[in-house]
Amino acid sequence: MGEVIVITSGKGGVGKTTTTANVGTGLAMQGKKVVLIDTDIGLRNLDVVMGLENRIVYNLVDVVENNCRIKQALIKDKRYPNLYLLPSAQTKDKTAVTPEQMKKLSDTLKEEFDYILMDCPAGIEQGFKNAIAGADRALVVTTPEVSAVRDADRIIGLLEANDIRKNHLIVNRLRTDMVKEGNMMSSDDVVEILAVDLIGVVPDDEQVVIATNTGEPLVGSNSKAGQAYMNICHRIMGEEVPFLDLEETKGFFSKFAAIFKK
Amino acid sequence: MGIFTNFFKGAENSSDVAKNRLKVAITSDRAVCSPELMEQMKNDIIEVISKYLDIDTDGLDIKVTKTELDDSSETVNALLANIPIKEGSKNFRKR
Repeated sequence: MGEVIVITSGKGGVGKTTTTANVGTGLAMQGKKVVLIDTDIGLRNLDVVMGLENRIVYNLVDVVENNCRIKQALIKDKRYPNLYLLPSAQTKDKTAVTPEQMKKLSDTLKEEFDYILMDCPAGIEQGFKNAIAGADRALVVTTPEVSAVRDADRIIGLLEANDIRKNHLIVNRLRTDMVKEGNMMSSDDVVEILAVDLIGVVPDDEQVVIATNTGEPLVGSNSKAGQAYMNICHRIMGEEVPFLDLEETKGFFSKFAAIFKK
Repeated sequence: MGIFTNFFKGAENSSDVAKNRLKVAITSDRAVCSPELMEQMKNDIIEVISKYLDIDTDGLDIKVTKTELDDSSETVNALLANIPIKEGSKNFRKR
């Protein structure tokens, strides 16, 4: 019996889709059977981040409206044969699907997959309600900014109100240099405010932008962000993994140069 | 350089400012009642307590917040009231 995980944040642009793509790919790399569902109807994005945009035939709305069988709509990933994507519809809107339909879909997929990842749209309206309908647990993504943290707090409240209590926090786009200067909240600060368990800290890493450009998730790569995402996957599977040291590991020369820059 | 400029300005770090602003914003976001209802409740509480004690109504602060229960790590919503008692209040004897 699989587990349904919703990736949500409230605020837009904090990295929900990137997180879904990387965590999903990472879990598949660990041998799990995974399906990613883009629940943002009308604004589909997960397909491009995964590099699968050219393979879409059917979508989520087709599935719930029984225009096709689930299997027909699932797109197999380019790299991992145990990873699938159920893309969103681009021409419909969020009212095309109901929470009941999503719950039913989750229950069906749970029989075949180890993990079902729901990429939630921004906001707290029907799109959010659809995404959380069948969820067993949630990954709440935030960045260390006041707007994102405030929205995350609201989202955690709504998840609890909907009886989703296994909620974990991902602090995304952390910049250790700014934290050091006292100009960015640390992951500890964010955890203190939100009072929810931390499952990962992902540094602000230009490799993420590059990976999105090419449609190849960077999880498992040597980059700090790639390692951070893989650690999140291990923690989702219940393993204890120490948190990464996100300090810049500069070589001797760049350290030397940095002294003169100041 | 950061340390020196902060030192001379005597200014708070911007991350501390963010944290404090967030705490205030989130506390009021979490409030379960409307401001009107809170005001009404506050006035009723003042009325009842004033029967027994002289209280400082200006320093009074009532808010809904989240708190951890003593006997478990579960967080619950709680009504937190900070009601200062005036010097020399009735029914209140200093030791």
